[in-house]
Amino acid sequence: MELITLEGVHKVYSTSEEVQVHALRGINMHIDEGEYVAIMGPSGSGKSTLMHIIGCLDVVTAGKYEIDGVDTEGMSEKQLARIRNAKIGFVFQQFNLLSSMTALRNVELPLVYAGVPVSQRKERAQKALARVGLADRALHRPGQLSGGQQQRVAIARALVTDPALILADEPTGALDSVSTNDILALFDELTEEGKTVVVITHERDVAARAQRTVHLYDGMLQEVNA
Amino acid sequence: MILQAMRTALEALNAHRMRTTLTLLGILIGIAAVMMTVGLTQGASSSMSEQMGSLGTKLLYVTPGSTSSGGIRGMSATTSSLNDDDVALLSDKNIAPDIDSVAATYSGSYGALRSSTTTWYASISGVTANYLDVLGTELESGRMFTQGEIDASASVVVLDSSTAEQLFSDTSQAVGQTISIGGQSFTVIGVQKDSGTSGMTMSSSSSVLVPLSTARERFGTGGTSLSMIYMLATSTDTLSAAKQEAENAMSATHRTSVEEPDFSIASMSSIVDMYNTVMMMFSLLLGGIASISLLVGAIGVMNIMLVSVSERVREIGLRKALGATPGNIRIQFLIEAAMVGLAGGILGVLVGLGGSALIQWAISTFGGYDLPVIVSWDATAIALAVSMTIGIIAGVYPASRAAKLAPIDALRSE
Repeated sequence: MELITLEGVHKVYSTSEEVQVHALRGINMHIDEGEYVAIMGPSGSGKSTLMHIIGCLDVVTAGKYEIDGVDTEGMSEKQLARIRNAKIGFVFQQFNLLSSMTALRNVELPLVYAGVPVSQRKERAQKALARVGLADRALHRPGQLSGGQQQRVAIARALVTDPALILADEPTGALDSVSTNDILALFDELTEEGKTVVVITHERDVAARAQRTVHLYDGMLQEVNA
Repeated sequence: MILQAMRTALEALNAHRMRTTLTLLGILIGIAAVMMTVGLTQGASSSMSEQMGSLGTKLLYVTPGSTSSGGIRGMSATTSSLNDDDVALLSDKNIAPDIDSVAATYSGSYGALRSSTTTWYASISGVTANYLDVLGTELESGRMFTQGEIDASASVVVLDSSTAEQLFSDTSQAVGQTISIGGQSFTVIGVQKDSGTSGMTMSSSSSVLVPLSTARERFGTGGTSLSMIYMLATSTDTLSAAKQEAENAMSATHRTSVEEPDFSIASMSSIVDMYNTVMMMFSLLLGGIASISLLVGAIGVMNIMLVSVSERVREIGLRKALGATPGNIRIQFLIEAAMVGLAGGILGVLVGLGGSALIQWAISTFGGYDLPVIVSWDATAIALAVSMTIGIIAGVYPASRAAKLAPIDALRSE
């Protein structure tokens, strides 16, 4: 079943009244449930813009974007927030954990916005941490964890709502090679479990682990089947 | 969700303790200042009402000169327009049925009083025999002079308590003693009770009473003129009727128009009303000034909330990516601002209560009389509600700025 559908997607930014940046120029892309897809491209190719569109962090200027059968056209900020919360788990390059909170509370955060009661929140967050192998680090703060561990906490946070899509933006960009392997192994496992994973990266090694890689140049797509 | 937002707000405030404390201070000072102002003026007002109330709400008094609607005008006592005929007129039940009794005073000079040991200065008033009854003043010891003593211009005097204390070490021994007033011998026949210590009543400074006729002949210029006439209405309900009767009767005999009389009649309650009006304006003025500090405090909260928002742009972006709606973000920052306001309010109320107690203590210790400082529960509740509201209002703009941040811009910032 198709999870992600982009048809004729254009994205134009206006930095000022005269200057317009045409970041995406007619993207057609389909990602099925359970696929592991890498999106590659040099900087300025539009891959961050594409990631924002797929992640419902931004809306298309023209074209159509559907996730899990829902058309995002004309959606309000609030509706987009609900979709991000329910259907997408984000993994960022800089982990983006809140430093004042324990790992457990960081993982709980999406459940807070989903309106899950406190007792269930703790249980599900603990389970997600166990899934990434950090059950014993639940009460550590991000500063007390290594980079690799922090990224695993971030992945636990992405998994905790049981989203349809894991969307990772340069997930290994800030990690050493050992931690990189850990994280990529975790993505492999998640794919085996049937999760859909989309990784945006400029590293060939990382992209190579995916089932399929798409290349972006100047806002246009060149699909290469691995 | 709300609980979580409160927890987040507490953590954010705790993370910048110094900043939070300074922000709290702005609200704290404002609330404390307003509370002390209100407490002081309410206390003064109620103390005044109480004392005036004890003098009786049935009391009317006539002074020479007149009052216009704006205030007291030309109360010249040198050529008094009041005299014994007015007393006779007002005492006539056919003319003024609602007036129960009438007393009059003739303010003589301010003179030296000498006992065997001490000299003391006091004003000497000539009064009618029923003066103490009409004013509701009681005697500590001895008796008031009789009508017979007035008719005979007797050399008798009734002292006030403070004069008695000054002249005689033991005031219970005062009655029967002879003192010299302006070089003439007088026999002390009574001592008045202490009528209050606050200095706000009409006759609280040292003032001794002698028979009306005695005062006129020995300390005045003779004649039949009077300084003031006191009247008791038959009841509180007939006070205004009594005032009207007195006005009509006196206007007729004084041959003046009702619009421009050469005398004026006032009641205690009208004085209390006037006093309360003045106190309220005073309260508003002081409260207004104190409110400005509250406004400054509110601006401080707003400023800090804006800083807090711009400092946490990335956190806001992350929260949005994880599913926080603009509403969620707005609530989070509003709660944070409300907490600053409320915490400042609670501390401000505590400081205000402490400050009020301190002022009260200082007035009674150094000023010598008890001025109650009234801080009501209403005022406290209002202060807390106001401080929280101020926090929320100050938080609206920063919170909506946070809520409107685009998640990608927010995530991108570093």
